[in-house]
Amino acid sequence: MNETHRPIVEASGLTKRFDAVAAVDGLSFTVERGEIFGLVGPDGAGKTATMRMLAGVMQPDSGSIVIDGIDVMSDPEEGKQHISYMPQRFGLYEDLTVDENIRFYADLFEIPADIREQRATRLLAASGMSQFRSRLAGQLSGGMKQKLGLTCALVHTPRILLLDEPTTGVDPVSRRDFWRILYGLREEGVTILISTAYLDEAERCNRLALLHGGRVLYCDTPAALKQRMPGAIVVISSPAGREARTAIAGLDGVGNALLVGDGIHAVVDDAALRMPQLREALQRANIAFSQIALGEPSIEDVFVALLENGGRPQ
Amino acid sequence: MNARQPAEPQIIVESLVKRFGSFVAVDNVSFRIGRGEIMGFLGPNGAGKSTIIRILCGLLRPTAGRALVAGIDVAEDPERVREHIGYMSQKFSLYRDLSVEENLRFFGGIYRVPQSELAERMRFAIDMAGLGGREKALVSTLAGGWQQRLALGCAVLHRPPILFLDEPTSGVEPRSRRRFWDLIHTLAATGVSVLVSTHYMDEAEYCHRAALINQGRLIAVGSPEELKHTALGGELLLLEIGNLGAALAALADAPDVLDCSVFGNALHVLVRDAERSFRELPGFLGQKGLRPSRLERIKPSLEDVFVQLIALDMAKRRAA
Repeated sequence: MNETHRPIVEASGLTKRFDAVAAVDGLSFTVERGEIFGLVGPDGAGKTATMRMLAGVMQPDSGSIVIDGIDVMSDPEEGKQHISYMPQRFGLYEDLTVDENIRFYADLFEIPADIREQRATRLLAASGMSQFRSRLAGQLSGGMKQKLGLTCALVHTPRILLLDEPTTGVDPVSRRDFWRILYGLREEGVTILISTAYLDEAERCNRLALLHGGRVLYCDTPAALKQRMPGAIVVISSPAGREARTAIAGLDGVGNALLVGDGIHAVVDDAALRMPQLREALQRANIAFSQIALGEPSIEDVFVALLENGGRPQ
Repeated sequence: MNARQPAEPQIIVESLVKRFGSFVAVDNVSFRIGRGEIMGFLGPNGAGKSTIIRILCGLLRPTAGRALVAGIDVAEDPERVREHIGYMSQKFSLYRDLSVEENLRFFGGIYRVPQSELAERMRFAIDMAGLGGREKALVSTLAGGWQQRLALGCAVLHRPPILFLDEPTSGVEPRSRRRFWDLIHTLAATGVSVLVSTHYMDEAEYCHRAALINQGRLIAVGSPEELKHTALGGELLLLEIGNLGAALAALADAPDVLDCSVFGNALHVLVRDAERSFRELPGFLGQKGLRPSRLERIKPSLEDVFVQLIALDMAKRRAA
């Protein structure tokens, strides 16, 4: 393989046990240079343990990690030169100001003062935090703390950024700001690995690994992932969702139906074939509905479908 | 689509105001929640969601306006309000070193469930949570989804007609999450009114109606479908293009483009009129050497709606 085409991150057969439980169970994936790669899954899927192993702060029981050609397990210090890792609880000093926190991390990485100032100014401006430089970190909102953590993590311009659930508990407006910053970094050539328990956030990644029980359920682009949805989602808008669900239960080719605020989302094998049958069943049961339409499957729909089809990782 | 008009309101909030010193945390908010209705409360951190919920729970006195919960004025009789509500937080306030049964007995005491009913209510909670056979298990040994359903069971032991949920399912395995929401809909079908405070947009989809709160004010309310159809003030397009960064910069000056953000390998572009943008945007981008490979209308998510409404509200406030 040509060296320039080699993935920047190669994780292969990663396994980590805590007591008898395999938190990470034979995980393999690669990340290409300059992409935003998501490790997506619920709590307990193995996201944090994987991040820690990639960051070189936790030893896997088996498997290998090669980052930018460096075997991280045999040479963890060399790996760390190129990586910046932002754990879930990033170590901000709450009794120091925004500026003082940045200075602390810059000193840790031996960044000269003029370069530090340049980067801090740019990063804080990008995250809309320029006017808060002398505020104590402890007095920042959750979203702002995450942005300060990111600024600290970026003060040594890493090639690879590892972000462990940076948007947990962050509201959608701050979350969007945060992603805007990530896309800006990608434009500058930084490769980003981000983990999240918000399945909808998978849509924002270039590629993702869907994790469950320490294994990869699926690994590809969000668009390709959605095409893996077996069957289709039919959205029935009805003020009587529960009754509608009962009326369609057990029909041929109709699977699980999810109650939502505006009605139900039903999984069917073939939308064109089943939509008229659903309409008929609802009319027969005398249930009011305003429309029956084809829905776009969410990442969560696909996740659930993959688990229900045996849940065997590929 | 016809919005549910709460016929038998269990919660009535009228011109509610809460000030802390000179800070207005809740600014003239009015809404109603009907019997059996699931209402979502959305808003950024610090928007005033939890202040409103604390007022409704009788924990804070309003500065002005009034709030009736199950017919009781919260300012006049906060103690009695608490007998009518159940509360479940994101942190599932369970005792991890106690068993399932011990937790239920503890909450039964807190909520003053009569001894004669306790056994039956505990059985109900255990069945609902799917914890039959695990009564003696320590909470710390249960998976997140089970803990969550147990916390819900604890919150409804005393049969409250009103239930408050604070970000109930973030991080929970999707199948458990769906099961949880199924339970919430089952409770609602028996007449329980549910108020869910969250900034997890997926959770808002499960609500009959959602109220969006920003800086203490209610800025939109409607069913998820209504919000997606009307609240955005424009149409959303998906734009696939080679050079995302350059396209993003170019679109900042494009005519009729209201907002633009990156999603993976594509942009979401909010425009005034989709048909016009289909005609004009390719030419506009072409002049700058940018060629879209795909341009199509997409359905906005609740998050798109949320972010856009907050931005519009902020602009309105700056102009005022």
